Parts: sequence; C-alpha cells; structure tokens
Amino acid sequence: MAEDGRRQRDKPWIMRTYAGHSTAAASNELYRTNLAKGQTGLSVAFDLPTQTGYDADDPAARGEVGKVGVPVSHIGHMRALFEGLPLDQMNTSMTINATAVWLLSLYVAVAEEHGADPQVLRGTTQNDIIKEYLSRGTYIFPPAASMRLTTDLITYTVENVPKWNPINICSYHLQEAGATPTQELAYALVTAIGVLDAVKATGRIPESEFGKVVGRMSFFVNAGIRFIEEMCKMRAFVELWDRVTRDRYGVTDPKQRRFRYGIQVNSLGLTEQQPENNIIRIVLEMLAVTLSKDARARAIQLPAWNEALGLPRPWDQQWSLRAQQILAYETDLLEYADLFQGSEVVEAQTQQLVDSAWEEVEEVLKRGGAVAAVESGYIKQRLVESNAERLRAIENGEQIVVGVNKYVEGAPSPLIENLDEAILTVDAEVDAQQREELGRWKRDRDPAKVEAALEELRRVARSNENTMLASIAAAHAGVTTGEWANALREVWGEYRAPTGVSGATVKTPAAGTSAETIKRLRRRMDELEARMGRRPKLLVGKPGLDGHSNGAEQIAIKARDVGFDVVYEGIRVSPEQIVASALEEGVHLIGLSILSGSHLELVPDVVSRLRAAGLGDVPIVAGGIIPEADAEQLRREGIAAVYTPKDFELDNIMSDLIDLVDRQHAAE
Amino acid sequence: MPPNDPDAEHVMSGDKAAISRALNLVEDRRAVSQSRVAALLAALQRAPLAASGHRVGLTGPPGVGKSTLTAALARSLRQHGRTIGVIAVDPSSIRSGDSLLGDRARMSFDPSDAGLFVRSLATAGEVGGLAYAANSAVRVLAAAYDIVVIETTGVGQSEIDIVHVADTVVLVIQPGSGDVLQFLKAGIMEIPDILVVNKADHEQLARRAVADLQGALRTAHAAGATGVHDGGWQTPVLATSATGATGIEALIAAIDEHRAHLEATLADRRRHGEVRWALELFSRKHGEHGVSTLGGEGALEARAEESLGGDETPLSLCERLSQEYLTTLGSTPTRKT
Repeated sequence: MAEDGRRQRDKPWIMRTYAGHSTAAASNELYRTNLAKGQTGLSVAFDLPTQTGYDADDPAARGEVGKVGVPVSHIGHMRALFEGLPLDQMNTSMTINATAVWLLSLYVAVAEEHGADPQVLRGTTQNDIIKEYLSRGTYIFPPAASMRLTTDLITYTVENVPKWNPINICSYHLQEAGATPTQELAYALVTAIGVLDAVKATGRIPESEFGKVVGRMSFFVNAGIRFIEEMCKMRAFVELWDRVTRDRYGVTDPKQRRFRYGIQVNSLGLTEQQPENNIIRIVLEMLAVTLSKDARARAIQLPAWNEALGLPRPWDQQWSLRAQQILAYETDLLEYADLFQGSEVVEAQTQQLVDSAWEEVEEVLKRGGAVAAVESGYIKQRLVESNAERLRAIENGEQIVVGVNKYVEGAPSPLIENLDEAILTVDAEVDAQQREELGRWKRDRDPAKVEAALEELRRVARSNENTMLASIAAAHAGVTTGEWANALREVWGEYRAPTGVSGATVKTPAAGTSAETIKRLRRRMDELEARMGRRPKLLVGKPGLDGHSNGAEQIAIKARDVGFDVVYEGIRVSPEQIVASALEEGVHLIGLSILSGSHLELVPDVVSRLRAAGLGDVPIVAGGIIPEADAEQLRREGIAAVYTPKDFELDNIMSDLIDLVDRQHAAE
Repeated sequence: MPPNDPDAEHVMSGDKAAISRALNLVEDRRAVSQSRVAALLAALQRAPLAASGHRVGLTGPPGVGKSTLTAALARSLRQHGRTIGVIAVDPSSIRSGDSLLGDRARMSFDPSDAGLFVRSLATAGEVGGLAYAANSAVRVLAAAYDIVVIETTGVGQSEIDIVHVADTVVLVIQPGSGDVLQFLKAGIMEIPDILVVNKADHEQLARRAVADLQGALRTAHAAGATGVHDGGWQTPVLATSATGATGIEALIAAIDEHRAHLEATLADRRRHGEVRWALELFSRKHGEHGVSTLGGEGALEARAEESLGGDETPLSLCERLSQEYLTTLGSTPTRKT
C-alpha cells in the first residue's frame, strides 16, 4: 500500500482505436480528436490498396480507395497523416504487412524530416505475413520473398529503431478465421518460430545479440466470448512463449522472454441482430485480457458495437474507448496482484491448453514449420474446418448466440432506428480526389530521382542486402506505394495462396433435422441435374482487394456438400477475371463476397461485364457487410439476393441457390 | 444441329463463348442430347488443329504442384505465341465431399487473353480418375488450341485413363515421393512419357530425386516394364520449380520432342485410345455381361477399331452398343434422363 493508505495502482495499458479512412487529412483530424478523448496511442488503419501495394490510380484499387482505412501513397500523405502530432512522443501501431517495409520507411523518412531521432520512435508494424496467407489476405509476394521483407524490417529496427516493435505475431486473425484456442496458440507460436529462425538464418544478428530480437517480438491476440477460457489461453501463451524462448533460442534474460501482447477483442462473434448487445460482448471479452495481471495486455483496441452493420462512426468508437477507461480508471482492477494465482480451476484449464497447443506446434514443425504448412495448405485447411464446425454449431443451436438463434424476440433497438445513419459512409468522391492528387504528385517530383531510387530497390531486392535503406531513400525521392510494390513484383513475382477449401472436410450430421435437410437438398440437386443434363455449377468470386474469405469459403464447401460443382478461385479476383471464369467454366450461378464496403462499385461492374460477355442471364447473389439501403439498390440492379451476417443458416441459402438455378433453367 | 447448338466453326476460330457452350453440351448426359454431341464432335474432328495439335496429360499425386506447374507452362507457351486449353479434372467425387474445383485459384492469368482457356471438370464418382466428358472435352479444346493440357490427380493405376486421352503423359512428383519409386520399380505402374520432379527448389535434393528416378527407370526396364506408350522412346527425367519458373522451357522442349517422336504413329495411337475409352465406358455401364453378350472383348475391340475415327466418337459408339445390348436382352431402351 502507498503511504496515504491507498493501494498502489498499476499503470493502465495503452488505449487505442483502430482508425483511418478517406484521406490522410481526414484521418489526421480523427487522430487528434481521439487523443483529446483520452486515447493514449494511435492505431493506423490503411486502406486495402495501400496494404496490397497499389496506388489509387491502379485498376485493382477500383472502389477500395479510402474505404477500410487511410490511403498512403507517398511521403506527402504520411506527412499529412501526422501533421501536428510529434512522432517522437507518439506510440503508433500500424496494421501493415506485405508493404510494412515501405510504410515504416515513409514513417522513418517523415521523422527524419522532423529531425526526430529514430532511436526514440515507438510503435509497432504488424509485419506478420503468415496470417495474411491464412486469413487476412493482404499478401503480395511468394512466402520466401515475404519472409525476407519481414526479416529485413526486424534486423533494421533492432539496430536502428530499438524501441520499435518490428512485428506483431497475430493470433487475432486466426480466431477470426475460425481457430479454436488451441489452434490460435499453436499457429501463432509456429509463426513466431518461423520468423525467429528466418532472422537467425540471415546471419545479420550476432549470436550474443539474438536475445534482443527475441525481446522485441510482440503478439496481437484475440479474445472471444468464452472469456474464462480466453483468459487461460493468455496464461498458456505466457507459459509457452517462455518455453520457446528459453529452450529453442537459449534466451536467459527473463525480460527478453516476456510475452508482450496487444489485443483487439473478437469481431467475428459480433452480431447484426440486436447489435446493441455487442457492447456487452466487447466488455466481457476485454475482461479476458485484463483480469489476470500476469497475462494482461499491453495495449487494447476494441471493436465497435455496429461493425457487423458497416464502418463505425467516431461516436461508436468512442463508446468502446469509454469502456476501457471505466475499467482502467473507475474500477479497482489495477490495484491487485494476479487474482488467479493458485486457482486450481484456472491452472487445470491453462495446462490443458498448453499441452494441446504444444502437440499441434510439434505437428506443424514436423511438417516443416509455418511456411511449409502454409504452402501445403495444412493450416488453412484446419482453420476452414474449425470455422465450418463453429457455424454448424450455431446453425443447429448447439452454441447459443443471444438474439441470433435464441431470444430473438425483443423490442426494436432505438440505436438502429435509422439504420443508414447508424454507420459511417465514405464520401464517394474520395476515389477521384486521390487519383487527381496522385497525378499532381507524380508531375511535381524529379523523375530521374524516382527512377534511380526504384532501380536501386530492384538491385537490392536481387541481392541479400536489407531493403529498408533503399526504401527509405525511395520514400525521400517521392516514390509511390504502387511503384515500390511493382518494382518488387518485377523481381519476386506474385503469389496465390492455397484456399484451404479443396481438402477441407465438413462434418455432416448422420441424423436429425439438419441431416434431413441436407438429404432433401441433395435430392433436389439430383433431380435438377437430371433435367438439366449436367450438374449445377456455382462460381464463388471475391472481387476487390478484400481478403476476408471466411464467408466465401464456407459457402463454397457447403455448396459442394449439397452437390454443386463449385469453382472458387480465392481472394482478390478482378471483375474481368470473374467474368472470364464464368464464361470458360460454363457456370449456372455466381456468388460474390465483399466485406470491404466496395460492393456498390464492384458488384454492378461484374454485372455489366457479364452482360457484355453475353452472360446476362446467369443469376448473381452477393454477400458481405452490406447495409440494407445498398442491398436494396443492388437488388434493383438485378442481383437476385443479398446475404449479410444475419443470414447464418447456410441451409436456407443453399435452398435459395437451388431455386435460382431451377427458375433460370425453367426460363430457358 | 438445332440452332442453339454451338457452331463448330466458331469453336475452331477460338470464340470462347462458343467453346464454353460446346463444353456444356458434351457434358450433357441426357440421352436426347447425344446425337447433338456426336454431330458437334464429328464436325470438330475436321478442324486443322485437331490433327496437328498436341494433347498432353499432366498427372501425379496430390500436392506436388501440378496446378502451379500447369500455370507456369501456360505462361511460357503463351510467351512463345502458342495457344493453350486446359482441362483440370477434379480428383474425386463431389458427392463424397472430398474435393472442389479449386485449381483455378493457383492460376493467375490475364482474363483478356484469347489464347488461354481453362475449364474444370468434376469426376462425380467416375472410377478411373477421368470425368465422363473428358475425352469429348479434350476434342473440343483440341479443335481450338495448339496444346491441350489435361490435368488429373492420381498415381499408379487410378490415372490409367489419361493414357487413352493424351498423346503425351507427363508424371509429376516431388522430391521424396518414395511410393512412386516403388510403384515404378515393382512394375505396378506403366512408365510415363516424361517424368518431372517439381518443387526442385533445393538443388541438391532435386539432383538426388532425379538420380533416384533414373535408377528406378533402369530397374523397371530391366524387369521388363513397358511404357504407357512405346516405340523406342527414352523417358526423360526433368527437374522443375513451378514457383521459381525454372525448368519450364526444358519441359516444353521435352513435350515437343515427344510430339515429334509420335508424328508417324499419332493417328493410330489416338484411335487406339478412343477404342479403349469406348470399351471402358461400355463395360462400366453394362459390366462383364454386356461385354460377353456382344461377343466378348476381342470382338468389341475389333468393331470399335473399325468404326471409330470418322463421325463415330467413343460416346456415340458406346451409346450404339448399349442399344444393341438392350435390344439383345429383349427390352427396349428406357429413355434415360
């Protein structure tokens, strides 16, 4: 106890809000407001073109500019983003992966302009490419080249920006992709091992200094609604990381072995039905990562209650920030030592997770480690299976979700009385403005300097040298995000990851109503095939840059299960490619999945291209985070059906799809 | 031909919409469609490319990177200005929930390229690894593209059907595919025309794998094993890395060399493949009893040799034999839907 008789309080965690949209200037304003509200760190959300290495003027960026984050194409944008925010005093987290080397280079270049010493810069680059292949989808290059960029960034910062967290190993997105706690633990750990082994293999870090690298590894974790088990998962992480750093890397300094993590609680479990309940889920999930002092998060960002409806507004994010502040400053949580030490119940659950996770770690290592298990599709397939199992349990009521499959009757929520105003909409002009601004930027810089910087970057990419220095020089020369990424694409090529769908097996119940339903659907398919002469064929397409593939994957395997021939081509497929595949594959039906909010641009684009290709008769359905007003518009433009997160009953969707093919066949 | 049917001329000219409709038609299993299928295939038979082109079967165990290799092959061939049609055959039954037509995911291609066409076919429970319509689908693409690649999964006896459809059989494995070595040595599998060790990113491992395979080939030859196709061809063993795009040119050269080697015997070989395919289809449908009722395997083979090649296709021949068999049985053929 302190002298005045009050208990000593622990320092609270860093409080952040994942934010950014439209333009650098608009996002800068948002950051200032958030800091004024008591937020203690920044978390930059970049738009998908920036994350996947495209400029606003690239055809691939169509409809995606400024949507899910801020576009940062060059040093001018980075300057504007942090205008008036002293970089040497900020703690900035950047959710950036394939282009992490580039965005950190822009950040360092701006700090250099400000005269700030890189040695004092604090923050985090996510820089975890493995989970991009598995879940989030913003990868660009093949695994070997990507891992090289990852290690370039790590080895650069350990020496030059020592307070920076060069990587956030993300178990977060694994849970979003359906991972069980055991899988979340295991796959995050094998990713960390893969990265550390790769850093070691560069030979750039002397053996005696390796502990420093280990000490800079941090994690970005998820917490779901089963918050006791989730807390035990955090304790298991602490124990397992201690084991890995000690036994595999021989680190003796306990400080360097500490499991440091930031958290965003679960978005996957947030519901579109009765969305006001989500704030309660969010608070409970926050408890999982704060209650136990020994396994408490270093930084927390919470999703907003309305994320299943669309992009959150500043007020929605403020509500989540207030939840953090109340827990940290009003309650007595921070006055106590660990509450669970010695609890047999907690200890038993933790040990069970430690053991099962370690078994899976060894399984992956046996298969050659994280990179090999990504390339072979092993991990992805396990995740797809877990997610299918999760959805099945919700669909048949084994797993209760209040307001979704139980207690669905209730008074209408005043929060969503006017649904279209209950979310943020990005100004449709942003796209054009950015293209125009980019044109000006390219005209005003020295082309010779740009070309020289890019040539140097290509040379370095072909060598074993660190790409960071060439990238920082390119940032100063005025190179753009698209140019940087394209130069590296020329050297390393692009990659398409396994979808995990072809090998995934679905557990089909042997009896019960759900088994009956599937039997009925299959009979209808057989009957339809007999009439049509060939089996109904479904193309599942993910246009745009959005990499969240859960929905598309689950539709694909379910459709296959009821008997469709399914063509699924993975993420980031352009409208042109979708139309080409529809034509060559002779499909009867197309399903489009878009979660980035660019549905109003991309879906009509696919429709008009299909018409031009003479495929105007093929029915199309769309799925994603699609507000009702947009859904209405899409239906008017000829989309046969629009599905959103509230449509969790896949059997019903399948029945609709069969109807659509049937009706179309009857019309021919 | 009914007016809605795809026009053979359009297929031959590389019109993708027509090609796609033609593939839809040959996949159509309804009895009422069979005469239209036969008419279309007969018309396509006269395509100049049908005779001069090359049909390449790419087969191997799951996970060895066949799709990525096919994509790399396609890219290279397009750079040489040659056109390519791909039939990607799903390895297993849709109904058993084992697989999905995901091959396109591994192929990144230019959607506006008129010289590349990819179609996936589900096997829907066919034994023997090839889809019901595969033979016909290959004929459609062969009328439009310089090279047709048929990609299937399997090793050992399951992929045997590919021999009936492809002029050149390429078996793809990866370093450490011990079972393939054993199959080869034991003479369980016939020797493919070309052997490829893919994922040869590790030079040393790849070299050893190539050496192992050459050894296995010698053992197999010594034990009297025969090639899937014979005629004095020495099966080359190549190393490729589809992701690193190495060895692809050498593979194309080997494929071309085999095509040149076949020149004199190609027509016979294709007819023989079709005979086997027709008989296979018939015996799958009617079993031993069907075959013996119509005079036994030898007699059927002789009839097939005689009638195939012109307007008769394996499917139409099989259909004719079926009717004959059912008539012999004293029942009129029921209209199958």
